[in-house]
Amino acid sequence: MTLSEFDSFRPAEPARRRRQDGKRGMRRRRDNGDGSREMPMVPEPEFTSYYGRPVVKPAPWGDDVAIYLFLGGVAAGSALLGLGGQLTGRPTLRRNARLGALTAVSGGAVALVKDLGRPERFLHMLRTFKVTSPMSVGSWILSAFSAGAGVAAVAEIDRMSGNRLPLGPLRKVLQAVEGPAGVEAALFAGPLAAYTAVLLGDTATPTWNAAHEELPFVFVSSACLASAGLAMVTTPVRETGPARKLAVLGVVGDVLAMKIMERRMDPIAAEPLHQGKAGTMLKWSERLAVAGGLGTLLGGRNRIAAAASGVALLAASALTRFGVFEAGLASAKDPRYTIEPQKNRLAARRAAGVTGDAITTGS
Amino acid sequence: MGQLSGPTDPTADAHWEHNHPRKGFFTDTSICIGCKACEVACKEWNHNPQDGNLELLGSSYDNTGALGASTWRHVAFIEQGQERIIEARESGRALVNLGMPRIGPPAQAAPAVTDLAEADTTPPDTADFRWLMSSDVCKHCTHAGCLDVCPTGALFRTEFGTVVVQDDVCNGCGTCVAGCPFGVIERRSNGTVKVATSREEQHAKHPEVPNVGIAQKCTLCYDRLVADETPACAKACPTTSIKFGDHDDMVETARERVATLHAQGMTEARLYGANENDGVGGTGSVFLLLDEPEVYGLPPDPRVPTADLPQMYRRAGMAVAGMAAAAALAFLGGRA
Repeated sequence: MTLSEFDSFRPAEPARRRRQDGKRGMRRRRDNGDGSREMPMVPEPEFTSYYGRPVVKPAPWGDDVAIYLFLGGVAAGSALLGLGGQLTGRPTLRRNARLGALTAVSGGAVALVKDLGRPERFLHMLRTFKVTSPMSVGSWILSAFSAGAGVAAVAEIDRMSGNRLPLGPLRKVLQAVEGPAGVEAALFAGPLAAYTAVLLGDTATPTWNAAHEELPFVFVSSACLASAGLAMVTTPVRETGPARKLAVLGVVGDVLAMKIMERRMDPIAAEPLHQGKAGTMLKWSERLAVAGGLGTLLGGRNRIAAAASGVALLAASALTRFGVFEAGLASAKDPRYTIEPQKNRLAARRAAGVTGDAITTGS
Repeated sequence: MGQLSGPTDPTADAHWEHNHPRKGFFTDTSICIGCKACEVACKEWNHNPQDGNLELLGSSYDNTGALGASTWRHVAFIEQGQERIIEARESGRALVNLGMPRIGPPAQAAPAVTDLAEADTTPPDTADFRWLMSSDVCKHCTHAGCLDVCPTGALFRTEFGTVVVQDDVCNGCGTCVAGCPFGVIERRSNGTVKVATSREEQHAKHPEVPNVGIAQKCTLCYDRLVADETPACAKACPTTSIKFGDHDDMVETARERVATLHAQGMTEARLYGANENDGVGGTGSVFLLLDEPEVYGLPPDPRVPTADLPQMYRRAGMAVAGMAAAAALAFLGGRA
């Protein structure tokens, strides 16, 4: 800023340059007055912040939580495939899906506990049940799911080892509850895959919160395609027909839900999904999902092609989770994503004549 | 369970049987002198470790940075030129002219507010420069995002309507950190309890930092409130910029103060958190600001995320149904 007396003769300064996403030339909101595009109804507010410091704090979660998002999805889908195998007489699919479910859910639970500030207090998660807390609801879902998945998988291990587990009289009990346990795990599979989306949506982290309507659909689709991918890797093709169908349905759901989500979200809060590390991961996740889906459709009956497609699907799901996770953290670290959408919605409400619900009041 | 949004009495929602009045702060930033006595008093009373390593942040006199696990009062410093003062004055005037519906009985000073168009807007003090100083603190929201999402029950609503963490219950899951729309609560990762004062001490083992890995934030000095004492920051404030009392009285005081300032031509004055119809159901800590909230690092339109939770559960339920249907379709669609 200069303070020269000739300042008044300077031409007007150009408007503050808005953050550009390097490679993508087009901007959604530019008011070129030629009427070719929709004009914004409220003027773009000037963006100010307190020394560029974030307003909200990012969740103190490391990659462990993103890994859990992925593994929880794999476990959930696997339990459904396990139940399907159980009910339709596909023993190999049933066995591999059950083992996959237990492995994934155990790994996920370890990652979750490791991420706690006080891991030794992990059981405090179960000292109460709170509907207002997706984390509490999720802890109970995870526990209920793990119980069923564990029993079903132990029964498989016992069978594989030729009844060598030191179970004694409990073997009969195990064999009796094995079927119901598979059903129980499958009952909690959907909630296990979907609650993590509510967990992320129910935060003040701009990108996650703005995505709360569609994120559950993205996450269950991602769980479907990942678990189907795992089954295609582990199980011979003669038993993976349903897994291939689930994979294709999952890919269609995943790509569609992601597109709809990005369209319906606040355009500013959606930016982190296209930028930086998160943007790259989500771009590749879509490519891999489509590739895996096509591979499943075209070469799913070939063992090697099926396994390769399965790996692509698993990678796609992992990248989706990591991408969404990272985008949220990035949105919390930049005050722009908190302040601009909030100013816009406040201005829009005021333009619509709603003036009674602002936190800032003149009297 | 109480309601998830809108005006309510949080203490009654939390099933406290006796009728304690809700307590709160009114931070009048127009008389804050930026002495940081509140920060110091807070640290001393609550035994909060030092965070950061005593670096200069290059943001005026603010070297604290932000509220956090070990900083429960934070004094913000903003330096502004004449242009910005005029803008603030205009935006404040626009707020008044919105004709905000008042809640409760009209204050005595209300008539002074109505004819702001003729109010003398010559700056009451230095016109070409001003310093904004504001002591920020936990808002103790009516609908607290942190409290709603806490899975362990470590965060609870006290009989004073405030929100407090139980250190022995919290397992540091971090959900509350993301749940707070104001970025107040934080998981304590490290800190310095005691600095070395002599050469020998430097190499000695540092004393253990209390409550590492646990979410920490302002308790509104719960331990002092139960003994009928004023919170440390309000007690230490030399200019009474931080006022403490019954929440209703604080809101009334704030309304009177903003009317007084408006009558003096300071149309930039506005209240933050005094409206119980806002996105968090009104805050327990009310502020009088002299510019837009984001200038102070406060969110302009915070909304407790849990307000949308029923809708999120509905959408998740639909997604679960879709997943089950996809699995059923995969197995039932012919056993080729």
